[in-house]
Amino acid sequence: MDLLGLYNYWIVILLMMMGFYVVIASGHLVKKLIGLNLFQASVFILYISMGTVDGGAAPILRSGVGVFSNPLPHVLILTAIVVGVATTALGLALVVRIKEAYGSVEEEDIHRQDDSL
Amino acid sequence: MIREHLPVLQVVLSLVAAPLCLLLTRAVWAWLLAFIVSVAALLISIVLLREVYTGEVISYAIGGWAAPWGIEYRVDAVNAFILIIVTAISVVALMFAKTSVAQEVAGDKQGLFYTAWLLCLTGLLGIAVTGDAFNLFVFLEISSLSSYVLIGLGQDRRALTASFQYLVMGTIGATFILIGIGLLYMVTGTLNMMDLAARLAVLGDSRTVQTALAFLTVGIGLKLALFPLHLWLPNAYTYAPSAVTVFMAATATKVAVYMLLRFLFQVFDASFTFGAMPLGGFLAVLAAVGILSTSTVSIFQDNVKRMLAYSSVAQVGYMVLGISLVSSAGLTAALLHLFNHALMKGTLFLALGCVAYRLGSVRLGAIAGLGQRMPWTMAAFLVGALSLIGIPLTAGFVSKWYLILAAVERGWWPLVVVIVAGSLLAIIYVWRVVEMAYLRPPPEKLSVTEAPLSLLLPTWLLAGANVYFGIDTQFSVGMARQAAALLIGSSG
Repeated sequence: MDLLGLYNYWIVILLMMMGFYVVIASGHLVKKLIGLNLFQASVFILYISMGTVDGGAAPILRSGVGVFSNPLPHVLILTAIVVGVATTALGLALVVRIKEAYGSVEEEDIHRQDDSL
Repeated sequence: MIREHLPVLQVVLSLVAAPLCLLLTRAVWAWLLAFIVSVAALLISIVLLREVYTGEVISYAIGGWAAPWGIEYRVDAVNAFILIIVTAISVVALMFAKTSVAQEVAGDKQGLFYTAWLLCLTGLLGIAVTGDAFNLFVFLEISSLSSYVLIGLGQDRRALTASFQYLVMGTIGATFILIGIGLLYMVTGTLNMMDLAARLAVLGDSRTVQTALAFLTVGIGLKLALFPLHLWLPNAYTYAPSAVTVFMAATATKVAVYMLLRFLFQVFDASFTFGAMPLGGFLAVLAAVGILSTSTVSIFQDNVKRMLAYSSVAQVGYMVLGISLVSSAGLTAALLHLFNHALMKGTLFLALGCVAYRLGSVRLGAIAGLGQRMPWTMAAFLVGALSLIGIPLTAGFVSKWYLILAAVERGWWPLVVVIVAGSLLAIIYVWRVVEMAYLRPPPEKLSVTEAPLSLLLPTWLLAGANVYFGIDTQFSVGMARQAAALLIGSSG
C-alpha cells in the first residue's frame, strides 16, 4: 500500500483540517487558539517529515554511519515553534484582556455587547 | 568600513534598540530613542538607494557565510524603494506619535508601545531586505506579533477583539506562507530566493510547486488584505491608536505587496505564475471586485476612520490590478501606486489623528463645521482626499494615470472602467466628509481649536509630499520603472 506509506502526510492533512475547523467553528476564543496551535503543529510535522532520508540515521556524527537525515528542517521548525509559542502567549493575553473588558470569552456574547468581532 | 554593513544595520539597529527602549522608564526617552533609530534607518535606506539607483545589486552575507548556505541580504531597486517608504513613514508617524500617543495610551504603557513599534519596524524592514525565504517568514512574524500588540493598545475595548481577530487571521496567513516555503524547500533543497529561482527554472512544473504557489498566494493575500481576505483590516485600522493606523496603513500592506511581487516574479517565473498557472486573470477579477465592492461599502460607513480603512482595501486592489497586467507598465503603475498610496493614506489618517486628538471621536456627525474650527487639519485632509480620488497635480493622479495607460496597453478595457468607477465612488465617500466639514455649521457649544503644531507639522509634511510627487514625478516614476524592469527582466 503505497498510499499508506506516506502516512505522515495524511496525519499532517488530518491535523491541519481539524485545527482549521476548530478555528472557524468554535466560538470560544481559547478553543480558537487551541485550533490555531493544532494547525501550526501540522506544519511542524510536515517540515520534519520532509527531512527524512531513506535509510538515514539521526543526524549525529558517528563512525560507521554514512547516510543521515537532513537536520535543517528540524532547525527551521525550532524557530517556527518559538513563533507559535509567542503567538499563543499573545493570543491568551488578549483573551484575558477581552474577558476583563467584556466579561466573556464567547464570540456570541461579545458580539451581543459590541458589534465588532 | 561601516558602509558595506549597511544592509544588515538596516535591521539590526532597530532590533537592538527595541529592548533598550524597554529599559527606559520615561515615555519621552523611549520616544526619543525610537525616533532617532527611525531617522538613522531612513538615512541608511537613502544611502542604500543611492547605491542601487545605478542598477547595482548589493549582496550581503550574514556572518560571512556565502549565499546559498548562509542567509543573504539582498538590496536592489525594488526593495530599496520599499525601505525608503517604510522608514520615511516611520519617521513621520513617530513625529506625530509623541503628542498623540501621550493622550491615547496610558503613561506606563508608552515605553512598551515604542518597543513594539521598533520591533514592528524591524520586521517590516527585515522582510524587505532579506533574500532568504525562511528569514522572510521570521521577520513577517516579528512584524505581525508586534502589530497585534500595537493595535491592542487602542483606547476602545473593541481594539482587543480587532487585535484578536487579526491575530487569528494573520497567523493562518503566515502559516500558509510557511507551508508554501516548506514545499518549495522540499522540491529544491534551498531557501535562498535567487537559488530557488534558478533551481525552479531547471526543475520546471510539478504538483508540489503548484501547491506551493497556491499556499504562498493565499497566505500573502491574507497579509495584503486582498479581497475577500480583508475582513481583519477594517476593525484593526479603526480601533488602533491614531499613530499606529498611520504606520500600518502606509507600510504593512505595502510590504505584503512587495512579498507578492518577489515571489510571483522572481522566485517563480512570470511565465509559470501567469502562463502555466492562471493567476493573472484570477488576481484581476479579485482586484476588480474588491475595488468596486469595498469602495461601495466605504460610502455607508459612519466612522471616518473605518471608511478610509475600507478604502485602503480598494487601493490594495489597484496595486494588485497593476500586478495582474503582467507588463512593465502594469508593474510600474503598481509600484507607483504603492508609493503614492502610502503618502495619501498617511496624510488622511494623520489628519484624522488630529481630529481624534481634539474631539476624541472621528464619527461623521462629530466633524460638522470642522473646516472653520480646525482649518489647517481639514485642509490637509482635503489634499489627501483629492490625491485619493486622483485629481491632477496630486500624487494619486499620477499612479491612476499610469494604471489606466497600462490597462489600455493590454487592451483590457473593462479594467479601465473599473479604475474610473473606483475613483467616482471615492468622490462620493470623500464628499460626505468634505460636505460635513465645510458646508455644515459647527454646533453652537463646540469650542474646538486647531490641533497643536506637533501634530500639524507631520500631517502637512505628508500633505506637501502628495502635491510635490504629483508635480515632480522624476523620483517616484523613475524608481518604480527601474524596479518594474528588474522584476520583469528577471522573469525573462
